[in-house]
Amino acid sequence: MTDIAFVRSEMTAAQPAPRSNAGVAAWLRRNLFANATDTVLTILAVVFLLWIIPGLYGFLIGRAVPPGGTVEQCRVENVGACWAYVASEIEFFIYGFYPMAEYWRPNLVFALLALLGAPLLIPHAPLKVINAVLFFVVFPIASVVLLAGGMFGLRYVPTEQWGGLLVTLIISVVGISCALPIGILLALGRQSKLPVIKSLSVCFIELVRAVPLITVLFMASIMLPLFMPQGTTVDKLLRALVGVTLFASAYMAEVVRGGMQAIGRGQYEAAQALGLGYWRRMGLVVLPQALKHVIPGIVGTFISLFKDTSLVYIVGMKDLLEAVKTKNDAIEWAAPTQAVTGYIFAAAVFWIFCFSMSRYARFWERRLDTGHKR
Amino acid sequence: MVVLDTAQPPPRRRFSLNDPVIRGVVYQVLVGVLVALFLVWIVNNTAINLKAQNKTSGFDFLWKTAGFNISFSLFPFDRTSYYWEAFLVGLTNTILVAVIGIVFATILGFTIGIARLSSNYLISRLATVYVETIRNIPLLLQLFFWYFAVLKTMPAVRDSIALPFDSFVNQRGLFVPRPIFDNQFGLVGLALLVAAVAWFGIARWARLRLERTGQRFPVFLTGLGISVAVIAATWLLSGAAVTFDVPVLNRFNFKGGLELPPELVALVFGLSIYTASFIAETVRGGIQSVSHGQTEAAEALGLKDNDRLRLVIIPQAMRVIVPPLTSQYLNLTKNSSLGAAIGYPELVNVFTGTTLNQTGRAIEVIALTMLVYLILSLGTSALMNWYNSRVALVER
Repeated sequence: MTDIAFVRSEMTAAQPAPRSNAGVAAWLRRNLFANATDTVLTILAVVFLLWIIPGLYGFLIGRAVPPGGTVEQCRVENVGACWAYVASEIEFFIYGFYPMAEYWRPNLVFALLALLGAPLLIPHAPLKVINAVLFFVVFPIASVVLLAGGMFGLRYVPTEQWGGLLVTLIISVVGISCALPIGILLALGRQSKLPVIKSLSVCFIELVRAVPLITVLFMASIMLPLFMPQGTTVDKLLRALVGVTLFASAYMAEVVRGGMQAIGRGQYEAAQALGLGYWRRMGLVVLPQALKHVIPGIVGTFISLFKDTSLVYIVGMKDLLEAVKTKNDAIEWAAPTQAVTGYIFAAAVFWIFCFSMSRYARFWERRLDTGHKR
Repeated sequence: MVVLDTAQPPPRRRFSLNDPVIRGVVYQVLVGVLVALFLVWIVNNTAINLKAQNKTSGFDFLWKTAGFNISFSLFPFDRTSYYWEAFLVGLTNTILVAVIGIVFATILGFTIGIARLSSNYLISRLATVYVETIRNIPLLLQLFFWYFAVLKTMPAVRDSIALPFDSFVNQRGLFVPRPIFDNQFGLVGLALLVAAVAWFGIARWARLRLERTGQRFPVFLTGLGISVAVIAATWLLSGAAVTFDVPVLNRFNFKGGLELPPELVALVFGLSIYTASFIAETVRGGIQSVSHGQTEAAEALGLKDNDRLRLVIIPQAMRVIVPPLTSQYLNLTKNSSLGAAIGYPELVNVFTGTTLNQTGRAIEVIALTMLVYLILSLGTSALMNWYNSRVALVER
């Protein structure tokens, strides 16, 4: 026992990682220059960035004409983006031909949208039910009254004068709000054991999903007036809304169905064992779970619907894209980079909306991810 | 889902609305009648409206002279052609742009999808930026950008921008050399066929030998060698030649070569770039779905790097990638209808646009257009189901 010469009684202090494994140089070596191929790729990427970043900077900022500039400044050789053009037409891009004296009405609608929409998106915000009723029932009615007017002493503004971002937002928000309940009904129909209901739902969903949105919009704008009793006129905006809603509800139905299929059979059976009828079984047990699971999918449908609203331009509606395209041809701001600047502006607006929504979907995915994945 | 209690039918069946079977029938009859009434109402309204507008109906207009020109078609079409020929022109133009778009979108999408998974920080970041930018901007806006802001601001014909391989781009589109095959070239085609058959045969023989003896055979190299040898020999011996008809600038326009109108170029550009961002995500998801254990197991078995990819990772990833990939192809085909907005004469433009305006047969024209897309979709999903049943995991 005693001939053990040395027994270490305390732990050695941890050594710092070897030089080759820590610090900036190691990170660079690991992520950029791991082997020959990597090095070549890195060099190519750096060359590409060196080429594109100064070019983009020069175009967007360096050589650009800032807001407040004149059209003459935009008409010089080798000019960058003409932000002065966007700034001077910004009201048209947002409101279209909406009368200037009444801008407070769309502004109020935007404010309501933000005030009622934001708490709806926050998972733990209180008063969810009241909020949802306000958003999906009260808000649309209030918006129509506010925007169209003709009552409560508000001046009447026909929908032909609405335009720009206002119309884009109206179509997408109304489209998704109406598509969700219709989509849920269609999904329930598709899962139904009743053959007539099932086949009707399947036919509708598959037919609509098989054709491009343009043909649905054409159908809504050309054939809807034919379908109505003689003498009825259907507002153009309403026609587009019908088309967009029908289209989105078919996609929504598939998203909801995915959620319902992910619910274990035990849930259905347990609800049945409790003696719940069909609607309660669905409304109290299945749908709350299914809908929560497909929130990312619903947001995804909303993103594609939001992008697709730009197609109403083809059937003659005045949305944001139409507003930008119209002004791009306007002669008073004619300049070499006028069109490019206009499209970059529109792209940026769409991008901000869609990107933030996709981040929101990602946030829900992470929340729902219970860590059971491999 | 109404779950019917059919396992044990009740002994006496009295009519009661609480009986789930009877209730199911009542519901269905009710819904059926409502839908039928709705349809009758619509058809009735339409008939009255058409009568009031003094419009006729029917498909007889297809055999009337169209009387309009189409700017781009793969076969001769002029003002004296019939409406059904216009329909065919639209259809072929749609298919043309869809096929070209699919090829480019696949190449670009796979490249970017793989780049997103690269261990190289810069490359994966660049791919992410591409995907997140492109897929959050509406396709129509991108098409407008390419068409109105890029191609339409190209220089005039006399100042055309020269590209490599004798190609030129200007306001009127893209001009590329057109290959001309002489008569002897049929032999080279035949040789190509022979080589393909030989390759297939070798692959089959090698697989059987592998199963029998466990010895591998370099199929790819042998096949490539045989193909090159056969084709080169035929080419040289037969004296076949390919010449290129190069576009040459005349006084006013280019003469010769292949002229691709700017609408087609913009549409192919827009569709490929947009769809590629979605394909990239599909590819990334597919590759990530193969768990790392598979890689490790393949390494443990002693497989080389590219065998590991070819035999273990890719087959499993493809199973996840192919179904959404097909639906992306279908989306691209449907999205090609946006060409109508920039004046590319595809189905919606030619048919739902010009033809509808001239004939006023709204219902027939829209129904026919929808039918085409419906057939394309159903055909694709049938193919997809067949593929899925072939590659599906055989589970216990």
